[in-house]
Amino acid sequence: MNWTLLGLNKIKKDFSLWEKSVNHRVLVCAGTGCLVNGSMKVYEEFIRIIEKSGLHVIVELKNEEEGVWVSKSGCQGFCQIGPLVTILPENILYTKVKPEDVFDIVETTLKKGELLHRLLYIEPHMQKICKGTEDIPFYQRQCRFVLSKCGAIDPEDIREYIARNGYLGALRACTEMTPEEICKTITDSGLRGRGGGGFPTGKKWDTARVQVSEKKYVICNGDEGDPGAFMDMGVMEGNPHSIIEGMIIASRAIGADEGYVYVRAEYPLAVKRMRKAIKDAYELGLLGSKIFGSDHTFHLQVMEGAGAFVCGEETALIASIEGKRGMPSPKPPFPAISGLWGKPTIINNVETLSTIPLIITEGVEKFRQMGTENSPGTKTFAITGHVLNTGLIEMPLGVTLREIVYGVAGGITGDDGHVMSDGFKAAQIGGPSGGCLTIEHFDLPIDFDSLKKAGAMVGSGGLVMMNKNTCMVSVARFFMQFTQSESCGKCVPCREGTKQMLSLLDDIIEGKATEETLEILEDLAQAVQKGSLCGLGKTAPNPVLSTLRYFREEYEAHVKHKYCPAGKCRALIKFTIDSELCKGCTLCANKCPTGAITGEKKTPHRIDPFLCIKCGVCIQTCKFKAIKGDKP
Amino acid sequence: METLRKFERVLEIVEQNGRQPSRLIPILQAVQAEYRYLPEEVLTFIATSLGVSPAKVFGVATFYSLFTLKPKGKYHIRVCNGTACHVKSSMEIFKTIQKKLNLRDGKDTTEDMLFTVETVNCLGACGLAPAMVINEEVYGQLTPERATEIIEDIIQKEATHELDSFGA
Amino acid sequence: MNEYNYITIDNKEVLVEDEKNLLELIRKAGINLPTFCYHSDLSVYGACRLCMVEVEGMGLVPSCSTPPSPNMRVKTNTEEIRKMRKIIVELLLANHSQSCPTCQKSADCQLQILARRLGITEIRFKNQNKNLPIDDSSPSIVRDPNKCVLCGDCVRICSEVQSVGAIDFAYRGANTIVIPSFGKDLDKVECINCGQCARICPTGALTPKSEIEHVWKALHDPEKIVIAQIAPAVRVAIGEMFGLEPGVISTGQTVAALRAMGFNRVYDTCFTADLTVIEESNEFIRRVSQNKNLPQFTSCCPAWVKFVEQYYPEFVQHLSSCRSPQQMFGALTKEIISAQFNVEKANIIVVSIMPCTAKKFEAKRPEFIHDGIKDVDYVLTTQELGRMIEETGLNFSELEPESFNLPFGFKTGAGVIFGNSGGVSEAVLRYTTEKLTGEKREHYEFKNVRGDNGIREIKFNLADKDFSMAIVSGLGNARELLEKIKSKEVHYDFVEVMACPGGCVGGAGQPVFTEIEIRRKRARGIYDNDRMLELHKSQDNPYIIELYSSFLGEVGGEKAHKLLHTHYKSRKRIADEDMHLTYADKEEGLEVNVCFGTSCFIKGAQRIFRGILDYINANGLRNKVNVSASFCFESCERGPVARIGDHVIERCTVDLAIETIKKETEPYV
Repeated sequence: MNWTLLGLNKIKKDFSLWEKSVNHRVLVCAGTGCLVNGSMKVYEEFIRIIEKSGLHVIVELKNEEEGVWVSKSGCQGFCQIGPLVTILPENILYTKVKPEDVFDIVETTLKKGELLHRLLYIEPHMQKICKGTEDIPFYQRQCRFVLSKCGAIDPEDIREYIARNGYLGALRACTEMTPEEICKTITDSGLRGRGGGGFPTGKKWDTARVQVSEKKYVICNGDEGDPGAFMDMGVMEGNPHSIIEGMIIASRAIGADEGYVYVRAEYPLAVKRMRKAIKDAYELGLLGSKIFGSDHTFHLQVMEGAGAFVCGEETALIASIEGKRGMPSPKPPFPAISGLWGKPTIINNVETLSTIPLIITEGVEKFRQMGTENSPGTKTFAITGHVLNTGLIEMPLGVTLREIVYGVAGGITGDDGHVMSDGFKAAQIGGPSGGCLTIEHFDLPIDFDSLKKAGAMVGSGGLVMMNKNTCMVSVARFFMQFTQSESCGKCVPCREGTKQMLSLLDDIIEGKATEETLEILEDLAQAVQKGSLCGLGKTAPNPVLSTLRYFREEYEAHVKHKYCPAGKCRALIKFTIDSELCKGCTLCANKCPTGAITGEKKTPHRIDPFLCIKCGVCIQTCKFKAIKGDKP
Repeated sequence: METLRKFERVLEIVEQNGRQPSRLIPILQAVQAEYRYLPEEVLTFIATSLGVSPAKVFGVATFYSLFTLKPKGKYHIRVCNGTACHVKSSMEIFKTIQKKLNLRDGKDTTEDMLFTVETVNCLGACGLAPAMVINEEVYGQLTPERATEIIEDIIQKEATHELDSFGA
Repeated sequence: MNEYNYITIDNKEVLVEDEKNLLELIRKAGINLPTFCYHSDLSVYGACRLCMVEVEGMGLVPSCSTPPSPNMRVKTNTEEIRKMRKIIVELLLANHSQSCPTCQKSADCQLQILARRLGITEIRFKNQNKNLPIDDSSPSIVRDPNKCVLCGDCVRICSEVQSVGAIDFAYRGANTIVIPSFGKDLDKVECINCGQCARICPTGALTPKSEIEHVWKALHDPEKIVIAQIAPAVRVAIGEMFGLEPGVISTGQTVAALRAMGFNRVYDTCFTADLTVIEESNEFIRRVSQNKNLPQFTSCCPAWVKFVEQYYPEFVQHLSSCRSPQQMFGALTKEIISAQFNVEKANIIVVSIMPCTAKKFEAKRPEFIHDGIKDVDYVLTTQELGRMIEETGLNFSELEPESFNLPFGFKTGAGVIFGNSGGVSEAVLRYTTEKLTGEKREHYEFKNVRGDNGIREIKFNLADKDFSMAIVSGLGNARELLEKIKSKEVHYDFVEVMACPGGCVGGAGQPVFTEIEIRRKRARGIYDNDRMLELHKSQDNPYIIELYSSFLGEVGGEKAHKLLHTHYKSRKRIADEDMHLTYADKEEGLEVNVCFGTSCFIKGAQRIFRGILDYINANGLRNKVNVSASFCFESCERGPVARIGDHVIERCTVDLAIETIKKETEPYV
C-alpha cells in the first residue's frame, strides 16, 4: 500500500458518502451538441434558480450535505433533442431544455418530485411519453459499455471518475501485473483497434513490448477526421480519464514513459477537457514518476492537431508530433518498432484506449460476452443523416443494420424530416474510407470482417443514413472531393489519381461522361486502391467502388441516359413548366437570369432548354408548383 | 504598439517551447492565436530562432488547413461540410452566406475585413447538422434563412458599434 | 555454414547479401525496375509507387521500403503491376507540361524514357497542368514547377545531403509544390547553387541555367577574343554525352571541338589550379607559423564559400583568401592578354567549362567584376558544352585530339586532381612536404587522402610538427564537421571542402547521372590522367615558375594579391525586410534596430531588446523612436548586434544600448 492507493480509496469512500447525502443531482449535458444549443445557460440558470428558491445548491461535492448537486456531464448521446438534463436519483431525462424551463423543473421536480411532462421525450411512432433513458428506444436498445460513464459523470471531476472504480485498472496494471500479463490479457480479450482497420490491439502492444529501447511512446489518436463521426469527441469530452487510464496501462504494458494525446484542433472542448484531466491526474500522482508506488513512470501531454485529415494515419500523426508536414511514410518499419523519433511507439484510437481499463477491471470474459467471436466487444457509432434519431450510440459488434436503423435510429426520414417508410436507400459507414451498405445488408452482422467483405469498413464508426432521394453518384463525389482535398500530396496514385477520379465523377454528374468514363474510373480506382502509400489513399476509392458495385445502374443512368434518378444532379435535370398548373403570372420569367423563360401574361410559359442554366430559381419562385425538374 | 506587444509575445512563445524544432506546430498555433494569421516575417523569425530552414516552416504552415498566411476577417465563418451536414444541404447555407457577403470561391474575405467565409470538414456537431462556427461560437440546425439572419445581426451590431465609437 | 538466404525474383533465385530492400535485390538481379524517388544515398521516401512488386502472401508492396526476408517469392511484371505502372505514368503525364521536345532534359528525362519503355501511346486523363510561373532568377538553376513530379529527390538532397533546405514541399494534395520559402525566387533564399537538386531531378523541373546563346554570340562577334578554360573534371565526363565510358579522358577532343567552334585560345583551368596550390600552400604555411585562423579552409568551391558566408560567418576568416582556379584564371588571362595584344579587357571574353552550376554564381560575384567587366564572362557546364558540340555536328569521339594553347594550357597532375574530392589536399601536400622539408620527394601520390567517404581525416608529421587534415565532400558532412570544430571536439590544421559528394567529378553540371559508380569511374579517370602526365607537382610547372618571375613577382605579393586573392562577407540567408515594431511620431525619430538572426538570438538579443524597450517606456520615448527587429547585420561573429541611429554596436549589452539611446535622444528630451 502506498499513499496514491490510499488516496484513491479515500476519495472513493468520501465521494460515495457525500453522494448519498444529496437529495437530487442535476446533470446538464455539456457535450458539443448541447453546448451549441445553449446548455451552459441552462446550467447557470439551474444554479441561480435553485439558490433563489431556497434549496441548497452544490456545485462541487466536498462534504456530506443535503441539497441539489448540479453538474455538467459529457455527451449524453441524443444530441438532436438537446440540451439534455438528467435528474437523479429518479433518472428523469428532460429534453430541449431552455433556460426558461429551469424554474418549472425546480418547482415541479426538485421540490415536489413530480414529472414535468412537457419536457419529456415522446416516442414518435407510438406517441409514448418516456420518463428517462430506460423508456426511450434510442437508449434501451444500446449497449453502453465504453460510454457507460459518458454523460453520467462530471468529466471535469477526477474524483467522480475514481468513485466509479476509475484508475483501478491502472492500479492493477502497475502493481499486480507484468507487462506480459497485460499484453496477454488484451490479446485474450480479442480487442481490435477501433480507429479503422481493426488490427488486434494485443498484438500491436506485444510487438512494441519486446523491442529493446531506452525510450518508447504511447500515443492516443484523437484526430477523428471522418466527416460525420464524433464518437471519439464524445469520449474525450465525456470521459477523458478513461483515456488517460488506458494510456497508463498501455505504457506499462510496453514500457513507455512518455505519451501524447493527439486531438483534432476542431475539437476545442475535447482539448480543454483532456488538458484538465491530465493536470488533475498529475496532481493525484496518477501521472508522473512512480505511479502507485511502482517503478513505472509515465508523462502525458496533449498535442493539438492543425487541420489535416491525413494525420489520423499513424505515420503522418507521428510526423506531425515531430513538427513536420503530416505526410505518411512507408511501413515497414511499423511504428511499434520504429515510430516517434525512431523509437517503438504504439498508437491507439481513443475508443480503444477507453475500453482498456474496462477489460482489465471487468475481465476478459465479460468483454467477450459482447460482440462476435472475431470482433468481440462493443462499438460506438455516430448516426447521422436521414434518420429520426441522430446521435452517439454504442452497440455490440455483430449488430445488424436493421437494428440500428429501425431500433435505435427510429427509421428513415424524408427530406422534410418526417419518417419515410421504405425510405432507406443506403448507409455510408466508415466515412471517406468506407463504403455503402444497402438494403441487402440489412441483416448482415456489422463487424470488422463482414464489412470488409461487403466493400465497406467499420472505420471509426461514422454511420450516415441516406434516404431514397439521395443521388449515390453525388455521394461518391462528395467523399472523393473530401479525400482529394485531404490528400497529403505525397504519393502519385493518391495525389493525381483522386484528382482525376474527381474530375471523372464531375463529368458523370454534369452529363459529359461517355461509357468509357466508367471504365477508366474503375481502372483508376483500383490502381489508387492498390498503389497508394497510406490508408487514406488506399481507401479513398472505396466510396466510388462500393457505389459502383451496388448502384451501378445509377451511374449508368447518368452516363447513358444523362439522367439522375434521384433528381439531384442539376446539370441533368430538364426544367419544364406544366401548362396545366402554370397561371402565366410571369414571376418566373422575371426572375430567370438568362431569359430562358418566355410566355404571354396569363398563358402558360415555356423554358428554352438551350438557354436554361438550371439554376433552379424558377422552381423556388413559382407559387403554383408548375415548374418541375424532371427526367428527360 | 500592437506590433511590438505581439512580437514580444512571439519571443515568449518561442522561449516557452524551448526553441525546439519539434514544437513548431504548437508555436505556430500560439502565434496565430496572437496575430490571427501567420505573417511572413514572423515565420522567418521563427525559422531562424528554431534553426530550421524557412522553406520547412513555410511547408508546415501551408500543409495544415488551420494555419493561414493571409489575415482573416474579424468574423471567421466556417460552414461545416462534413457528411452529416452535407446530406442536409450545408452547401446551400454556404452559398447563401457567400452571396449575402458578395464573396465567391477564391475570394473568401470581404473588402472591409469583417468576414471570412470558408467550409470546414467536420465540427463534430453532426447531431445538429447543418452547422457552422463563427469564431468560437457554433450554430446548429441551420436553414439558409437562419444563416442570413445571423449574418445580418452581426452587420447590424458592427454598424452600431461604429456609430458608438463615432459618438464617443 | 548454410547461412545464405535466397529469394526468388521472377522465377530466378537471388542471393541476399547486404541489400537493405527488395528494390536493390531486384536491380541486382538485372531487372531495371523504374523509380523516381529511390536513391540509395537518400532516405526512403516511397512516393512514386513505380517500384511496386508482388510478394507471395503480402500482395503488392513497394520494393523500396520492403526488407527482404528469406524465401520470399517476388514477381515484378504481373498484369496488375504493369497496369498500375502505366496508370501512374499516365497520371504524371496528365499533370505535366507538354513541352517535351524543347525541354533541356529531353534526352535524359526519366518520365519520357519511362513512357517510352512502358509503351504509353495515349493519356486517358485530362491534362491538369496549371501553367505555373517559371523561376529563372537564380544564376545557376531554373525551376519549372510544371515539369515537377513531386518525387522529392531535390528536397531530400538539399536538406539531407547538403543540409541547406532551400526548397521544400509547400501546400498539400493536388496543390503540393516544391518551392523556396514563401514562394520567393531562388536567388532570394539560402540556395548555395550547388545544383545537386538539378542533378538528381528526374525531369526538367530543375535544370542548370544555360548560357549557351551568350557564348555563341561572343564566338560570332569578330571584335571579341574568346578564351576557353576547361576545368579538370570536365575531361573525364564529357565523353559520356557521345557514347564514351565515364572516366575516359577526352581532353584532346574537347580542345579540338572548342577550336572548331571558334574559340581563339583554349586553356586549362588546371594551370591556375597549380597556381592555387602555390598560393594556398604558402598561405597555409604562414598561418601555421602565426597560428592564426586555423584550420584553413579551401576556397575553390563557390557553393561551400557561400555556405560558410551564410551559416558560419564566424569561420569566414578561416577560408583561404585564394580565389578559385576559375577566377584566378579570368583575372590573370584578361590582365596578361590585354597587355600582350593590346586589346581592351572588354573585348576579351573568358568562357569557362565547368562541371558545376555554382561557378555560374561565382563568376557573377561583385568581387570579380571591375568597372562592369567580369573576370569570367560566361560559365558553361559540361552538359552545355556537350550540347553545343552536338549542335555543331562534330563527331566528338572521332575528333583528332589537339593540345592546349600555351602558357595557360600547361599543367601538372596536381592541377588535374582538383577534380576529385581530396585532390586539393593532395596537391597541397605535394607542395608543402617539399617546401617544409626542403627535400625533393620521388613519390608524389598521397593515397591516404583519397577515397569515397564524405569525411576523411589524416594525420602526418612534417618537419617535426604534427598536422591533421580533413577532407570533406557534401555540405551536410561539412556542417557536421564545423559543429565539431566549433565545440572544439576536433582540431584540424587544414580542411578541404567540396560541396558535391565526391568533389567536382560529381558536380551538377556534369552529364546527367544518378549512379554513384559513374562518379567513381570519373574519379579513377582523374587519377589516371595525373599518372599519364609528365609532372605531378605544381612547383615543378615551368610556366608557373616563369609566371612568378616575369609577371607576378613574389608568392602572396602585391600583384598576386590583387589578381589571385579575394575577401568574403557574412551574408543574409534570405533577403528580407525588417520587422517594424514601434513608430515615432515624426519622420526624424531615432532608428533602433536589434538583430534577431540566429547567432544574435542565441547570444541574447532578446535581453537587449527588452532592456531597450523598458528604457524607452520608462522615459516616455515611445513615440520618438522607431524600433525594428532585423534578421542579420552580417556580423554574426560579433553579436549580439544593435544599430542605434548611425552607431552599429557589436557585442552589445543592455547598458551599452541604453547609453547610446540616451545620447541620441538628448536633443528630443
